[in-house]
Amino acid sequence: MATELKMPALSPTMEEGTLAKWLKAEGDPVAAGDILAEIETDKATMEFEAVDEGTLLKILVPEGTDNVAVGTAIAMIGEEGEEVAAAPAAPAAQASDDDGEGKDVGRDESEAAITKDLPATDKSTHVDPDLPEGTAMQATTVREALRDAMAEEMRADDRVFVMGEEVAEYQGAYKVTQGLLDEFGARRVIDTPITEYGFAGIGSGAAMGGLKPVIEFMTFNFAMQAIDHIINSAAKTNYMSGGQMRCPVVFRGPNGAASRVAAQHSQNYGPWYASVPGLIVIAPYSAADAKGLLKAAIRCEDPVVFLENELLYGQNFDVPQVDDYVLPIGKARIAREGSDVTIVSYSIGVGVALDAANRLAEGGIDAEVIDLRTLRPLDKGTVLASLAKTNRLVCVEEGWPTCSIASEIAAIAMEEGFDDLDAPVLRVTNADVPLPYAANLEKMALIKPEEVVEAVKKVSYR
Amino acid sequence: MAKKPAKKAPAAKAAPKENFERPPQPERYAASQGELLEFYKQMLLIRRFEERAGQLYGLGLIGGFCHLYIGQEAVAVGLQSAMTVGKDSVITGYRDHGHMLAYGIDPNVIMAELTGRAAGISKGKGGSMHMFSVEHGFYGGHGIVGAQVSLGTGLAFKHQYSGDGGVNLAYFGDGAANQGQVYESFNMAELWNLPIIYAIENNHYAMGTSVKRHSSEPELYKRGESFQIPGLQVDGMDVLAVRGAAEVALEWTRSGKGPILLELMTYRYRGHSMSDPAKYRTRDEVDGFRGERDPLEQARQELLTMGASEDDLKAIDKEIKERVKEAAEFAENAPEPEADELYTDVLVETY
Repeated sequence: MATELKMPALSPTMEEGTLAKWLKAEGDPVAAGDILAEIETDKATMEFEAVDEGTLLKILVPEGTDNVAVGTAIAMIGEEGEEVAAAPAAPAAQASDDDGEGKDVGRDESEAAITKDLPATDKSTHVDPDLPEGTAMQATTVREALRDAMAEEMRADDRVFVMGEEVAEYQGAYKVTQGLLDEFGARRVIDTPITEYGFAGIGSGAAMGGLKPVIEFMTFNFAMQAIDHIINSAAKTNYMSGGQMRCPVVFRGPNGAASRVAAQHSQNYGPWYASVPGLIVIAPYSAADAKGLLKAAIRCEDPVVFLENELLYGQNFDVPQVDDYVLPIGKARIAREGSDVTIVSYSIGVGVALDAANRLAEGGIDAEVIDLRTLRPLDKGTVLASLAKTNRLVCVEEGWPTCSIASEIAAIAMEEGFDDLDAPVLRVTNADVPLPYAANLEKMALIKPEEVVEAVKKVSYR
Repeated sequence: MAKKPAKKAPAAKAAPKENFERPPQPERYAASQGELLEFYKQMLLIRRFEERAGQLYGLGLIGGFCHLYIGQEAVAVGLQSAMTVGKDSVITGYRDHGHMLAYGIDPNVIMAELTGRAAGISKGKGGSMHMFSVEHGFYGGHGIVGAQVSLGTGLAFKHQYSGDGGVNLAYFGDGAANQGQVYESFNMAELWNLPIIYAIENNHYAMGTSVKRHSSEPELYKRGESFQIPGLQVDGMDVLAVRGAAEVALEWTRSGKGPILLELMTYRYRGHSMSDPAKYRTRDEVDGFRGERDPLEQARQELLTMGASEDDLKAIDKEIKERVKEAAEFAENAPEPEADELYTDVLVETY
């Protein structure tokens, strides 16, 4: 009996690809291990091998087709001469980000709420309020925004270089450094061995010597091997030397949960680094903030931990088309103005908070969403001013609850905003467990808009 | 039925003995009397400075950890006398007073740092283990064992990147030689051909654990072999032997041949730190080094042979004693940091 060959997922996060070329024609015999086709992902061109033997009866998706969703039937294979039943036409993949390294394969639309696009009625903003009116905007992914920030700073200052695993010839494990090697060459875009402790130390030492290194960790989970240099070498140097020796290094890379990569690859280190005096810690949500703050981080004379999020890399946001878009470090942004309750979050949590705010608006609750953007130094003023307006506070954090940024915000509200509070501060965080692999358990462990809605209703006594 | 292998591969392959370029065997440096006198003065300054630091520690004027360099003076002086202050960079671990003095940094501000005073080189915020002089190209003073090896490799990267012609000298001990990051650094330094001299000061003990008890390969100069970094073992009690090795190492790195490893065989007379009674070694062992191999005494005898007079050397002794006394008085009398210094220098910029 004829069986369908389906578009394969060639990486854990691939959602769709281009069927570049068929290497077998209809009627050709196929042996197990034969290469049937070439499929392009955003990362590379991969060969698609036959698993079973038989005859290629029918090609359902012609070569050259873009955006073929994973799981789409692309051909029929069976015994020679076998009749092929009418196969369903290949559905075109929904228009979506083809650089989406971190899109959550295996989760359906409702499950993928954490990366869901916002409705048109959404009143959130993703760019800095200080921009002059009429500034031209360009839809840009977070990935591109980060790359643009590095490229612009490298053009402006020869001291800036990028170092890390797969940043140069591979063009970045998540394609964030795409094109940098071509433009700046191997002197300034440097592939390292897999040796986080060593190259974090080399980066810190180069910064002490006066260079401006941008050190990429493939993920911040691997930076645990290097945390000694981030804390003991980079963060403490200026103080220990009485202000004599600086360490202007940027450590950047994806942080937090991606998709189905389980406990050792899914941790949010925001609270860890934010607890360390001597460090600047930035965790942007939008592409504009990613660009403006990474540029600021590279120029900064202090060591910066710049926490990105894999699931946001492929998301599009407006980025202002201005020369040299640099944002101030240590300033939160009101992502959505509201009057009834304040929701404080950062990084991917902002998307969850905004989603919740839209749902709450339908129920008549007008939530203000604050994107902290910088975790250290924390912009207490913006949080407290919002609290004074709304008298209710909910913290949303894609991370563990204990000793979290959410805990810190709650403590600040207690110490400095107690008289403004009409209800206890609530925290919406991930479950207090190592992140599980199973799709259902992972979903249970991560923050969801429904939980934010529930917490907001609670503090609103509704 | 199992398939027969087509061809029998050798079961193992022995590494060839000479599979990469090696530097020439160093010769003992042929110092003039004037040069040797200068080395002697520097070593004496370190010795007297450290003795005085030990006394101030006993008086409670110096706190925390304090690691003295007594016995190892020939290493810092022999190596750093060959380097160019301001062009080449130096980095070391927590036993750092000697390396600073050997790079010409003012003893007053070092001693004042030890006593935790505002006039200290780190404004009293760093202490014995955390001192720096960017002006001199001295990059610390690092308290985490082995961290200076990666950081020094970063400084060597900076020399190469900016093309300033400088070389980094990264000191570490036989104990630090077992840290993983040392080998991560070796790998990248050779891969990228960085201008760095890795100087292992083998004083025989990682705190209380002897080299034989902590190293499966106790000949530490061989530790770079699998990275193709050549190594030389040097008599670290003889300042001219050290200086001779420094000449070879600097020639090697400056000519673009990449990293080189020196193992300097030395000995510390005191405990690991002021709080270490050093019960893990015999009195005889210490006396053997001190009595027969002392770097200062060796240099002194050689100076006399070269024609220096006892009076000249006595005058130097007196001069150094005065210099250290002045540093100690400065350090004792300098005021402590102002209270508002607590919150300064955490960050460079304001946000």
